[in-house]
Amino acid sequence: MIAGARKSALPGFGATLGITMVWLSLIVLIPLAALVLRPWELGIAGFWHSITDPRVLAALRLSFGAATLAAAVNVPFGLLIAWVMVRYRFPGRGLADSLIDMPLALPTAVAGIALTALFAPNGWIGALFAPLGIKIAYTPLGILLALIFVGLPFVVRTIEPVIMDLPAEAEEAAATLGATRTQTLRRVVLPALGPALLAGFGAALARGVGEYGSVIFIAGNMPMFTEIAPLLIIIRLEQLDYAGAAALGLVMLMVSFGILLLLNLLERRVGRRAA
Amino acid sequence: MNRAATEEAPATRAALTVITLALLVVLLLLPLVVVLVEALSQGLGAVVAALDEPDAIAAIELTLIVAAVAVPLNTVCGLAAAWCIGRFRFPGRSLLMTMIALPFSVSPVISGLVWVLLFGANGWFGPMLERAGVRIIFAVPGLILATTFVTFPFVARTLIPLMQDQGVAEEEAALTLGATGWQTFVRITLPNIRWGLLYGVLLCNARAMGEFGAVAVVSGHVRGQTMTMPLYIEALFNDYDWVGAFTVAALLSLLALFTLAMKLLLEWRMGRRAGALL
Repeated sequence: MIAGARKSALPGFGATLGITMVWLSLIVLIPLAALVLRPWELGIAGFWHSITDPRVLAALRLSFGAATLAAAVNVPFGLLIAWVMVRYRFPGRGLADSLIDMPLALPTAVAGIALTALFAPNGWIGALFAPLGIKIAYTPLGILLALIFVGLPFVVRTIEPVIMDLPAEAEEAAATLGATRTQTLRRVVLPALGPALLAGFGAALARGVGEYGSVIFIAGNMPMFTEIAPLLIIIRLEQLDYAGAAALGLVMLMVSFGILLLLNLLERRVGRRAA
Repeated sequence: MNRAATEEAPATRAALTVITLALLVVLLLLPLVVVLVEALSQGLGAVVAALDEPDAIAAIELTLIVAAVAVPLNTVCGLAAAWCIGRFRFPGRSLLMTMIALPFSVSPVISGLVWVLLFGANGWFGPMLERAGVRIIFAVPGLILATTFVTFPFVARTLIPLMQDQGVAEEEAALTLGATGWQTFVRITLPNIRWGLLYGVLLCNARAMGEFGAVAVVSGHVRGQTMTMPLYIEALFNDYDWVGAFTVAALLSLLALFTLAMKLLLEWRMGRRAGALL
């Protein structure tokens, strides 16, 4: 089947496909198979019991809730930044553009302790809020902030190419027909960006749900309050509850994939309606 | 056409630009600044002392060792994947691409967890390894495996679109003129993709040296033995050794700045934007 499928005159198909399949199996597929299979050592009832533990549910609610909220905040932030970066010219624009990739380049542990130092009650920014009675670090607000930090580039970089490709004619036509600039942006530009906004939201959400390094220092890690799901996986492993850890990991992964699939379908519907 | 009709008013533009820059500075630049300021808060002597610790040197060495194994392995495999996916059409091709990108959508902690499920004390192969006297989890091999999993897609993901865009005409010409497959790859393909390859390796290396969640699960946290730089930062931070933690963090921040600068340079060499650092 595979030999019949190659249409190129180039050599090396069999060898490179072989290397790829072996490497992929050893490094990705076999380990992930363990994640899929091991939870069932608990039996179906045990699996259910393990993932409906109140502490687990609280952690899952926190991880998915904070990641959703952070992604939602990042949509307007990302839209604004992408628009300004693509459409406007100002001094320092190149530097600002590089800055957008900072959360992806900065190791998460570094981001984690840096955000904690900034937003702790005695930190540069935390000290501004402490007199108002607002605590940021060691509360869910700190987790939200860390997830906004790591998710922002995903939204900006998803929207930017779509803004670049927007046909100028559509905006010109709207303006010619008497639309104000606000009307044009709301009725012409925003609908065209819909699918990209959803895709960026999904990418930021997926990253946020599993994020560990940048969150763990600022979170405070109080069970039932600021304990994220990935931390609970580590705690279960330390108790040698491998099946329980795998169960929680599997649920996180499945829910994430489910959400991404749903967003993907929604994205296509929005895209069709805009077209 | 009146420009005003297709642009925001000047005052609006100025306001939006200022808000954007404020967002970028507070959210993205300040964390970097605070790392450098905290590292230098007790003077340069404290920085030197923090880096002169045997545990710090061991952490730096271990980080380099882990990257030195994981990055070349993923580079060779990424090249192989890019060759078969970027140069041939076959059934299951898009499924293969999806599977290669899989590690990007897995939480770092899960990327470490899977190795414990295989090789940990209660893992599938754990008892067998224990009888043979081989340690993977809580030892260097586990750190390498977890890092390899996390950085698996970078090279392949950078090269596949590049090789698809370039097409096969030059390689077919070389083959027709009598070059062997290997000669064609070394003389034609490699020079054509060199900037893209370097870009992929750069991203792969940055992530390999900075990875935290996945290695935190498999490390065992023994100072001087199984702590890479990010794990050492965590240990120092938890011990309230701020200058130490931020000094090692500053070192990794320099790596991040180097990565961003190289990204700009390589994008310019490739003559196009490669998009996000994913």
